[in-house]
Amino acid sequence: MKSNNNNNLEKFEFTKKNLEEVDKIFAKYPDEQKASAVMPLLDLAMRQIGGWITESAMRYISTLINVPYIRVYEVASFYSMFNLKPIGKNFIQICTTTSCWLRGSDDILKLCKKHLNVENNQTTKDGLFTLKEVECLGACVNAPMIQINDNYYEELNKDSLLNILNKLREGKEVSIGLQTKKRKGAEPIDSVNN
Amino acid sequence: MLNKKDRIFNNLYGLKGNGLKTAFALGDWSEAKDIIVKGKDWILKQVKDSGLRGRGGAGFPSGLKWSFMPPKSEYKPNYLIVNADESEPGTCKDREIIRNEPFKLLEGILYASVAMDVHTAYIYIRGEFYNEYLNLQRAIDECYSNKLLGRNILKSGHDLDIYVHRGAGAYICGEESALIESLEGKKGQPRLKPPFPANVGLYGCPTTVSNVETIAVVPAILKRGASWFAGLGNENNTGTKLFCISGHVNNPCTVEEEMGVDLKELIEKHCGGVLGGWKNLKAVVPGGSSTPLVPASLCDNLAMDFDSLKAVKSGLGTAAVIVMDKTTDLIEAITRFSRFYNHESCGQCTPCREGTGWILKIMRKLCKGAADFEDIDKLEDICSQVENHTICALGDAAAWPVQALIRHYRKDIEKRISVSNLKRPAE
Repeated sequence: MKSNNNNNLEKFEFTKKNLEEVDKIFAKYPDEQKASAVMPLLDLAMRQIGGWITESAMRYISTLINVPYIRVYEVASFYSMFNLKPIGKNFIQICTTTSCWLRGSDDILKLCKKHLNVENNQTTKDGLFTLKEVECLGACVNAPMIQINDNYYEELNKDSLLNILNKLREGKEVSIGLQTKKRKGAEPIDSVNN
Repeated sequence: MLNKKDRIFNNLYGLKGNGLKTAFALGDWSEAKDIIVKGKDWILKQVKDSGLRGRGGAGFPSGLKWSFMPPKSEYKPNYLIVNADESEPGTCKDREIIRNEPFKLLEGILYASVAMDVHTAYIYIRGEFYNEYLNLQRAIDECYSNKLLGRNILKSGHDLDIYVHRGAGAYICGEESALIESLEGKKGQPRLKPPFPANVGLYGCPTTVSNVETIAVVPAILKRGASWFAGLGNENNTGTKLFCISGHVNNPCTVEEEMGVDLKELIEKHCGGVLGGWKNLKAVVPGGSSTPLVPASLCDNLAMDFDSLKAVKSGLGTAAVIVMDKTTDLIEAITRFSRFYNHESCGQCTPCREGTGWILKIMRKLCKGAADFEDIDKLEDICSQVENHTICALGDAAAWPVQALIRHYRKDIEKRISVSNLKRPAE
């Protein structure tokens, strides 16, 4: 694992492949509005580094878009999806806002903590999992749900949660989306209108 | 109940497949060229006549909003931004459109762009919706390769580019001026208005920000006629609406219904009823976390539309119905909302930045009953200090659920305090 603090001055540069992505990102905005690219570039850097952003990456981005470093840092620290510290390989975000809470998200959180032996905002010793309690992720009719890295896992219960965690620990694939087989997505079950 | 033939989103769950071919087969993009040729004034008139009100929460008349955009100028472009930063707790309707009906959204953007002299549109999608973003981008790419976007669309002479911009986890970016700031590469902090975005918006240019659902229903209005849309629902509350019903129902789901549908009918027909039956209902939050809760006593014969819900001191908001049965600890349920607003306050205005923290602190005390009776008044006072004292509506949204809780359940809160006081050792 890389250095634990954010003052990592190890020089950051985008890979050749990511530089092509940078061009595609810039093409979305007017030429004189490169600052608009700050969020997509931070996201790209985060993916290249492995889930978090170093100071050197922020400095590098500031030169790419020609704004002071502080403007980049300001954005990186404002938005909750930019991690300024290293995280585990599987970043688990558990929604516990009201809709999920009503469907038992507290049990999901408790079970996660117990099974992984970590508290909120902690990473397991093997670096495989980071656990974070988050606000509404917008999949309320498929509650309770969690997000791991880019994917949603919905309509969870204790068994399906443990299945996901165990499979990820073993490096196996897990099917994303709904973990029950009752339906495909957010449709009514045996509704009069399908 | 909504007739099958009046449904707009006929593939809302993706059960009929995906991709442009499926969309074509279901009628999307039919008559597109004719509509572009009919032009700006015709489209604006149809949207106005349909009575369509914005689906993002505030319910502002869409045709009127669009008509605020100035005509094309040589010096500045006009921009359209689609607000897909769906983050209001309880709300997951736009997600279904983006996942399964993206072509209706893109077609709607095309017509809106004609109506507002726009040639560049951005879709601002919440960052967590990563797979949804990929799906949307695929749909856009498919439109480009079929010449439905780009230069001289369908040989009509109209040009339009659509770009997707991903957010990064900030509820406040659903507020239109914060969204614009964010798109410009800054912290998402709302702007003081005036000037309104229609005059000074993205990059200082005229801009309209519209919700996903608002834009996605426009093609149906233009093809089936404004009077068809206006004929659904009630006066001033027309058309169909996506409802997402979560919480204590047998089958939570997202469903399209007629505006003004009866709440009980909505829950019983589509969600298999409240857990334990209608009599087990304690309260509903009818339109996402910002809307004040409505106790069960007011839920019979409750029409789900803007004006009817306003009459019970609540609102339709995003039509995200959160159902709570009698087992629910309402104080805790609202505390979760308070925690949400405290987390999501952008920190710009003092009343909100500080007030949301104080509200949360007292709400947590009330949850445990470890409070004094005066704390309820203090809480009410803080809410009134936050409400209407901030640049954007987040402060109001933080205050309303708490105010409604006190309005309807003061006795329950007091009871919890007395019970807990009895247990406290005498000093």
